[in-house]
Amino acid sequence: MTRLEKFQNNRHALGWAFMLPATVLLLLFLTYPLGLGTWLGFTDAKIGRAGEFIGLENFSFLVTDSVTRLALFNTLFYTVVASIAKFGLGLWLAMLLNKRLPFQSFFRAVVLLPWIVPTALSAIAFWWIFDAQFSIISWVLMKLGLIDRYIDFLGDPWNARFSTIIANVWRGIPFVAISLLAGLQTISPSYYEASAIDGATPWQQFRHITLPLLTPIIAVVMTFSVLFTFTDFQLIYVLTRGGPLNATHLMATLAFQRAISGGALAEGAAIATLMVPFLLAAIMFSYFGLQRRAWQQGGDK
Amino acid sequence: MSTAESKNNDASQGMDYLQSLPRRWVTVYIPILVFVFVLLFPFYWMAITSFKPDNELLSRDGNPFWIIGPTLAHFDKLLFRTEYPAWLWNTVIVSVVSTAISLAASVLAAYAIERLRFQGSKPAGGAIFLAYLVPPSILFIPLAAIVVKLGLFDSRMALILTYPTFLIPFSTWLLMGYFRSIPYELEECALIDGATRWQILVKIVLPLAVPGLISAGIFAFTLSWNEFIYALTFVSSSENKTVPVGVVTELVEGDVYHWGPLMAGALLGSLPVAFVYSFFVEYYVSGMTGSVKE
Repeated sequence: MTRLEKFQNNRHALGWAFMLPATVLLLLFLTYPLGLGTWLGFTDAKIGRAGEFIGLENFSFLVTDSVTRLALFNTLFYTVVASIAKFGLGLWLAMLLNKRLPFQSFFRAVVLLPWIVPTALSAIAFWWIFDAQFSIISWVLMKLGLIDRYIDFLGDPWNARFSTIIANVWRGIPFVAISLLAGLQTISPSYYEASAIDGATPWQQFRHITLPLLTPIIAVVMTFSVLFTFTDFQLIYVLTRGGPLNATHLMATLAFQRAISGGALAEGAAIATLMVPFLLAAIMFSYFGLQRRAWQQGGDK
Repeated sequence: MSTAESKNNDASQGMDYLQSLPRRWVTVYIPILVFVFVLLFPFYWMAITSFKPDNELLSRDGNPFWIIGPTLAHFDKLLFRTEYPAWLWNTVIVSVVSTAISLAASVLAAYAIERLRFQGSKPAGGAIFLAYLVPPSILFIPLAAIVVKLGLFDSRMALILTYPTFLIPFSTWLLMGYFRSIPYELEECALIDGATRWQILVKIVLPLAVPGLISAGIFAFTLSWNEFIYALTFVSSSENKTVPVGVVTELVEGDVYHWGPLMAGALLGSLPVAFVYSFFVEYYVSGMTGSVKE
């Protein structure tokens, strides 16, 4: 046996060799920046100037900064409202798609379109739909006689918040619906038959069969959904750039504005770092969701 | 999935006769048509706007849902008087190359974790999953500093090298699931026949994992085509931009919004992914749900 052949049949050596490309790329462009970002948050780095360690100064400034506080509020509001809406509507759509329908596969395919098209590009379509002068929604409502002047969708703080949430929900529903549909398809129909014979109403079937059996997958899907929503950037960047009056600034867009547009690299990095505790909370939530699932299946992994 | 689906279809046939037809219209057909209308309307609106002449776009009279005199002027402006073709080309290059790099690295990593079971393969699998959960929004600032330091700022290479950070964790996770479903016995037979691990991977495992490779490839391609924040941060000159960033940053001149070319750009930029998707719907869905279902 030559050396090469020996190497090729040694599981451990070969295993590490196979891991090498992925490990190098991830260490260099994921782990290292993750650490560097945290470090930058404790310095006074600007674009083009390496910073010096200044301790918690950035953070103590940010907690008193009204714009950052507003951005945190916006992010939480955006995440909570959009996630609840995506969950409710997504679950409803999943249950509809799980029924016997004509053109079933066609419906399942087109429903995913908002998810696969670049968000920045569909956001442009929403920008036009929400236009202050030529909005199609305003046009229809005017014709129906429900409003007497065009709605300023993106110019008023609360209108802008809800408009961006609507665009986010539109984009997120397909992911929730199709993932939950996959979960629904694993529920054995015999539960529904048995409960129907025992006289269960559709609501009781939903409450006591569908929901409990779907809980583990709901936990995972919603964790991802919350992660995506909490760290959202492009939709806001395209629709409002954080305006009006910072009413739609999210943590991510504020970090971009301060770090890249404003050049205050360290401050932006500190804002990004502030997002981490919330993300960890979401991940813990997912972890316990998975645990519960393993427990339900009688597994011990 | 297919067996579950067919079983379920039979069952819903079995239960659905309990509902009368009018009732089905109210509880199923009308809601689903509303959903489909809302989910597809922005695309219709994008398409119709990109063919509308300016005078129809900027008038409140008439029926906005239809075009009276369709025009190709917006596409003409987009393709011949902006750098749109260059953006399209950049996006293709970046997506294809970063997908290829990520797939190659992911196949090796997934095979090592799932099948070679080397010392430390379990923590490696866990680390991959954690990497999957790190969002680009908290990485782009330090990554920008790194990209500048490596001298890659404002180049396609910056994107090609950074996109794998979100493609590799995802593809590895997905491929691990596919490799798990391939029977061990096949590999053992080959080992007894004297095949090396490399031969086993190339000649036995990969051909059996083709559906998984397609799923991971399609998914990775769409993810990199749609990527925005890295492309916005790491590229500054117009000729190096990708479609999503170029359309958003270059087609808006001051306060004048050229809605026609904007919509034409959005439509043309969406078509390639929609086209790829239409051929591989099943793979795409199994990629998406596979990653969620472990």
